[in-house]
Amino acid sequence: MKEIRYIRVVTEALREELARDPNVFIMGEDVGRGGGSFSATRGLLEEFGPQRVVDAPLAESGFMGLCMGAAMTGLRPVVEIMFMDFVTVCMDEIANEIAKARYIFGGQLQVPITIRTPHGSGGSAGAHHSQCLEAWFTHIPGLKVVLPSTPADVKGLLKSSIRDDDPVLFIEHKGLYALKGDIPEEEYTIPLGKADIKREGSDVTVFAMGKMVFEALKAADVLSGEGISIEVVDPRTLYPLDKEAILNSVQKTGRLVIAHEAVKTSGFGAEIAAIVAEEAFDYLDAPIKRVGAPFAPVPFAKPLEEFYMPSSKHIVEAVKSLL
Amino acid sequence: MDIGKEKALDLLVAMLKGRMFDESIMELFTQGFIPGFIHVGLGQEAVAAGVCRNLRKDDYISITHRGHSQIVAKGVDLKRAMAELFGKEAGFCRGKAGSMHVADSSIGIIGASGIVGAATPIATGAAFSAKYRGTDQVAVCFFGDGASNQGTFHEALNMASLWKLPIIYCCENNSWAQFTNQPTVTKVTEIASKAAAYGMPGIKVDGTDVLAVNDAAITAIERARSGGGPTLLECMVNRWHGHYVGDPQKYRDPEDLEKARKQDPITKFEKKLLKDKIISAEEIEATRKQVAAEIAEAIEFAKQTPEPAPEEALQDVYSA
Repeated sequence: MKEIRYIRVVTEALREELARDPNVFIMGEDVGRGGGSFSATRGLLEEFGPQRVVDAPLAESGFMGLCMGAAMTGLRPVVEIMFMDFVTVCMDEIANEIAKARYIFGGQLQVPITIRTPHGSGGSAGAHHSQCLEAWFTHIPGLKVVLPSTPADVKGLLKSSIRDDDPVLFIEHKGLYALKGDIPEEEYTIPLGKADIKREGSDVTVFAMGKMVFEALKAADVLSGEGISIEVVDPRTLYPLDKEAILNSVQKTGRLVIAHEAVKTSGFGAEIAAIVAEEAFDYLDAPIKRVGAPFAPVPFAKPLEEFYMPSSKHIVEAVKSLL
Repeated sequence: MDIGKEKALDLLVAMLKGRMFDESIMELFTQGFIPGFIHVGLGQEAVAAGVCRNLRKDDYISITHRGHSQIVAKGVDLKRAMAELFGKEAGFCRGKAGSMHVADSSIGIIGASGIVGAATPIATGAAFSAKYRGTDQVAVCFFGDGASNQGTFHEALNMASLWKLPIIYCCENNSWAQFTNQPTVTKVTEIASKAAAYGMPGIKVDGTDVLAVNDAAITAIERARSGGGPTLLECMVNRWHGHYVGDPQKYRDPEDLEKARKQDPITKFEKKLLKDKIISAEEIEATRKQVAAEIAEAIEFAKQTPEPAPEEALQDVYSA
């Protein structure tokens, strides 16, 4: 094992896939000479050249559509959308074109594209640089949605996403880029659609997404001091979803808290709650609780943002309300 | 330009196929054989013929919602194309596309989008891919004057010129975006002039003159194939029918419509071929009969071939 920062893991995964497959190329704003707005592509232009690491104009619709055309004709683009909020500019390309091409054309064409983009609040970035919009995409058949938490998961899942024949939205978290974690020295991949139990427990299941996995682990530490045992389920991919892992955990604990940083209303947690209500209702000993952001845009000022962001404190409160 | 008898016949056949394909589907739609809604390109056939008959099988095209003559000219199997419009299992897209999205990727047709203007960057991506892979394939993006007002048009042209991509942006300017006349919503109506903003040649031709389109296409394709970069080709055409089949076109001046319908690219070409003694009247008649028979055969096939099994609705959402 080696210790490495989340952001450098992204770079390492990209470097390995660029080296492995000549059809893989990177495109996005500032990804070349600038090395990426968060330095994810640092050094890759120098190593692989401007044909493989392409600085795109400030035109998300244009370069997303271009990458789709490239993907349909033999290449494997990895597109960077600088902030997840900017996907709004290329929603037609993602939701109407990329997601549906295989289906509309009866399986004749495929779009093996990976769209990397960071979501998440916490840096006073304001309403246009902080949103968690993953639920929009899990509502679109044809897309796969990956939302890893740890550096080790980031690497294995990013490599699998790039090798996948379907379009994958790979969501990173800006607030985790500096996080250090252990990853295996040797090459590895992690299959899409496999959840990971980040902590085993027996009293309450916390289904936590992305950065909320760490908040759930903090909550679990706090609660273990009070004799409450938490199981933290990290789905790692939202589509395909490892339903079995969630249902198994709920069958064991009988209680479920769902935690995501996105706005709670119509968030992905609603889908998880519905699945458990439909398929594991008889195992529940308490109502399902959701932790998420309030129904407001992400604010700028520090105290406002701190008030707004869901955290371990909210998870602790939700867990206690079920016992 | 003397194009020779073989090429002349090839262009004529492509135009006739486009014409008769659209004429028959108007009838079949009205009779209830074709579901959904359809858009026909009667009067615009010379553009597809003049461009696509100069492409190779492995060159790419993206088509418009008014794109039947484009796929026909690229060389699709008429039976499977017709079957797709009927929503049959034997259709190119197994009944998932219909008229709006019919495509055959084996001859480089990378589809059509139901979103006007969406295909412009996608076709640009096919050209990017050809250059990246080091092939000499080219891409043609068909679009209309309406699509030129989408941001994607401008974004795509910038990238294509910046990266010298092998693509031809072929505008069929019929001056109508659904029910709205071009000057109502467009300050600069000459699409070709917009090429200047992106540093590429902008060529404007009479899109009812198949030879003019043919000549301009040859130059643009040669430029793209040899690494010279993109061209914006504007072909002035007339839309004879409404936006969709059944559109009564109350928004159009009947006199203008009458004038538009007199601009028939096919009779114009046939007259020229007869005058120049390239083809005889008998040969034209025989050609028309032969194309009509092919279309009839395609219709018969589409009528007989089975519908998809209902469970097919869930196939091909993902690779596995």
